[in-house]
Amino acid sequence: MTDTSTSMSVSAAPKSPEKIARLKARYRAERRFRFYGRAAIAIAAGILIFLLSSIVYNSIPAFTQNFVELDIELAQDVIDPNFSKDAEIIFAADWQGLIKTSLRREFPEVNSRADKRELYDLVSSGAGDWVRDFVLDNPQAIGSMVRLAVPTSDDIDLLIKGLIDRNLPESDRLVSNKELGWLDHYTARGRVHTQFAWVLFTSGDSREPEMAGLSGAFVGSLLTILVTLAVSFPIGVMAAIYLEELAPKNRITGIIEVNINNLAAVPSIVFGLLGLAVFISFFQMPRSAPLVGGLVLSLMTLPTIIIATRASLASIPPSIREAALGVGASRLQVIFHHVLPLAMPGILTGTIIGLAQAAGETAPLLMIGMMAFIVDTPTDITSKATVLPAQIYMWANNPERAFLPKTSAAIVVLLLFLLSVNATAIYFRKKFEKRW
Amino acid sequence: MSLTFLSVLIIMLGAYSFLFGRRRVRHLTAQTDVKQHSLDGYHGAFVMACVILPAFSFAVLWSGFGPLVIENWLREFIANNSGGLTDGEINVLVAKAKALHSGVINARFVGLETVEAAAYFGGLLETSSYLRAFGSLALALTGFYFSQKLIAPRFAVRQKVESIVIWVMIGASGVAILTTIGIVFSLIFETFMFFQKVPVLDFLFGLHWSPQIAIREDQAANPGEFGAIPLFAGTLLITFIALIVAVPVGLMAAVYLSEYASHGLRNFAKPTIEVLAGIPTVVYGFFAALVVAPLLRNSGADIGLTLSSESALAAGLVMGTMLIPFISSLSDDVINAVPQTLRDGASALGATKSETIKQVVLPAALPGIVSAILLAISRAIGETMIVVMAAGIAANLTANPFESVTTVTVQIVVLLIGDQEFDSAKTLAAFALGLVLFFITLILNVVALRIVNKYREQYD
Repeated sequence: MTDTSTSMSVSAAPKSPEKIARLKARYRAERRFRFYGRAAIAIAAGILIFLLSSIVYNSIPAFTQNFVELDIELAQDVIDPNFSKDAEIIFAADWQGLIKTSLRREFPEVNSRADKRELYDLVSSGAGDWVRDFVLDNPQAIGSMVRLAVPTSDDIDLLIKGLIDRNLPESDRLVSNKELGWLDHYTARGRVHTQFAWVLFTSGDSREPEMAGLSGAFVGSLLTILVTLAVSFPIGVMAAIYLEELAPKNRITGIIEVNINNLAAVPSIVFGLLGLAVFISFFQMPRSAPLVGGLVLSLMTLPTIIIATRASLASIPPSIREAALGVGASRLQVIFHHVLPLAMPGILTGTIIGLAQAAGETAPLLMIGMMAFIVDTPTDITSKATVLPAQIYMWANNPERAFLPKTSAAIVVLLLFLLSVNATAIYFRKKFEKRW
Repeated sequence: MSLTFLSVLIIMLGAYSFLFGRRRVRHLTAQTDVKQHSLDGYHGAFVMACVILPAFSFAVLWSGFGPLVIENWLREFIANNSGGLTDGEINVLVAKAKALHSGVINARFVGLETVEAAAYFGGLLETSSYLRAFGSLALALTGFYFSQKLIAPRFAVRQKVESIVIWVMIGASGVAILTTIGIVFSLIFETFMFFQKVPVLDFLFGLHWSPQIAIREDQAANPGEFGAIPLFAGTLLITFIALIVAVPVGLMAAVYLSEYASHGLRNFAKPTIEVLAGIPTVVYGFFAALVVAPLLRNSGADIGLTLSSESALAAGLVMGTMLIPFISSLSDDVINAVPQTLRDGASALGATKSETIKQVVLPAALPGIVSAILLAISRAIGETMIVVMAAGIAANLTANPFESVTTVTVQIVVLLIGDQEFDSAKTLAAFALGLVLFFITLILNVVALRIVNKYREQYD
């Protein structure tokens, strides 16, 4: 039989030159097509790598910060003239003034007003807070001379990191020759050093890049997500159970189903408009509050959770329901005692993925004012707050040069946060995954 | 009493009533020799539901609608107190009184009548919060009293509890409907007010968009300034650029992964492409504005092209990247849904693999691919952050991808960010744009789902 088929194919294919050429062309087309496919994957992966590496590369400078050690006289008459030892009076003292005094003492030759201002620009305008915190921790130091490391201003910081080229002509450079000289004075004495930028994680937003941190936005994100979870998880799961397990198949449930599918595709900014018109304008809820942000994001996440929960419920085999019904359980007992616990891993995975989406969402939150400049860390769900993505948006819009690395660093933090959340979801899925 | 504290109180009452109901039925059953109808827990749950549900609904409804009533009263108070004020002046005073009450402004900077109004407002708020606490706690206790009286060994409480649970579930399913109704009504209401200031046709077909001018009283009714055509054109231009990137790359990636790729490559490449889908849009926006746009501008300058710093091209390219995983996963599904027999048939006729794909698989999957593209278009039209950060604000009517254009979503953000008055044409225009956006995406989705469903029937 093998013989006949071979001989047939040989006899049926007299290889004329045109035929060989056509075959070659077809094989070339085949190779070309494969190449297009590989190229498409390479393009997608390449863009991803380019995106991530450019952001990580830009963010590196933001994770370190330069400090200069100043000799500061903690003068009693400036800090606490009446020896009150009252923390409030000490808190309100002229800390920046102490730093200015220290700088003037270091460079007594600086006299003119403009030069002095330039000299003060050497250190951050928030450097006083460092001195204040030191004194509040060590009140016995009042009256003595201490050497304290305070953050440099953002331009000096960039200069030390090499992001401002000191070989440029002075007119093109953000740092003047005089400032360079003063900085070199400190550098030569080993009093400038680089540290990890804890500020990025410990402080709230600030107009000064060297003082700005993410803690406020992070807490705001957390509060918003908690509200989202508290609202969308119970409602979503209950709705899904009803639609999947209990609802009669009629017109109304059909409409609800179509409606949920359509809601899942409504642009997120429309949810922001809804939040603005209904929650803020009609119900007079506070602007910029995690409560409203969470509610808006819940409405947005709800379809995701409902769809994931329904899929998870549908994957539980009917035999389990029938067995439970067979031993006399009611319909709700079947669901709550058997189906729901088995479907829980899938439901949780879907919920976590939905929440991760919500945590990265910006546009609807801009509508309800969650991009205000807020320095304080929010304390509850009705105080003014911002969220990580909105913070990134605000920093990205800030023209100050030093905010570019800061923004990239904030993105790295956001991506790591989302990555860990999604990793949790994948872990859940892998750990509890069952094949029926 | 704050809502948080009240909720905690209600929940504690609920927990107590659960324990109480459970104990009560045990106690009653022990006294008789009848068989208990429902398990203990159902009795507890019944009492708990009767305590928590009415009390909680009351508290939430009161918190939702209370402020509306209070504001009305404050308005009346101010109107009676001062007399002869226009609505606008009253609005200002109301806002001032509220700001004063919440400590945003200092009493030194406002008049005496505002201080009085703020005090009145504060009094109302306090009374309202006490009434809310009183009302909901009274409801809780009433619920407790009547429900615990029903407890008896033969009381069929399981059925009651189950029907309560089912009604709560039905309510939860209704939230989705309520959301849609909320969206449609709030958008339509504001849009209707907008069209009283600006004619519909001028909005839909006008060629000039510069809403800023409408701030000035004398030009508020200038109809030419709200022509949305440049926005629609800009949106379409960016969407088009995005599709040029996303459709070939996404489609070819899906084809290669499902038809050619080895198991190992698929395991690596699929998650990689999916990571692109998980990146927040604000990150894409940053990438477009601060990495891609300068890159394009510099390389454009090298070959003698002038790109504006916010070009449609940068926004479109990055948006295309965002859509790649979307297109590829949707087309992956439809390509996998094409029956293997069709491929086998083509191979049996001597077609090469790429010929099979091009002439059999893709045509068979075409409806699904078309619907994937429609969904991608709807995504691109509704996408906000990328265009807000990388496209422009100025409404240029142009088809040149190197220039800056603006989109519907950008204008919504621009019009609504910052302080706003709710009745100015500028604010209302954002809602009109939102309505247009909502309907276009809705139509695209409905059409896409229709196509998918029709196609699915063919092979099932």
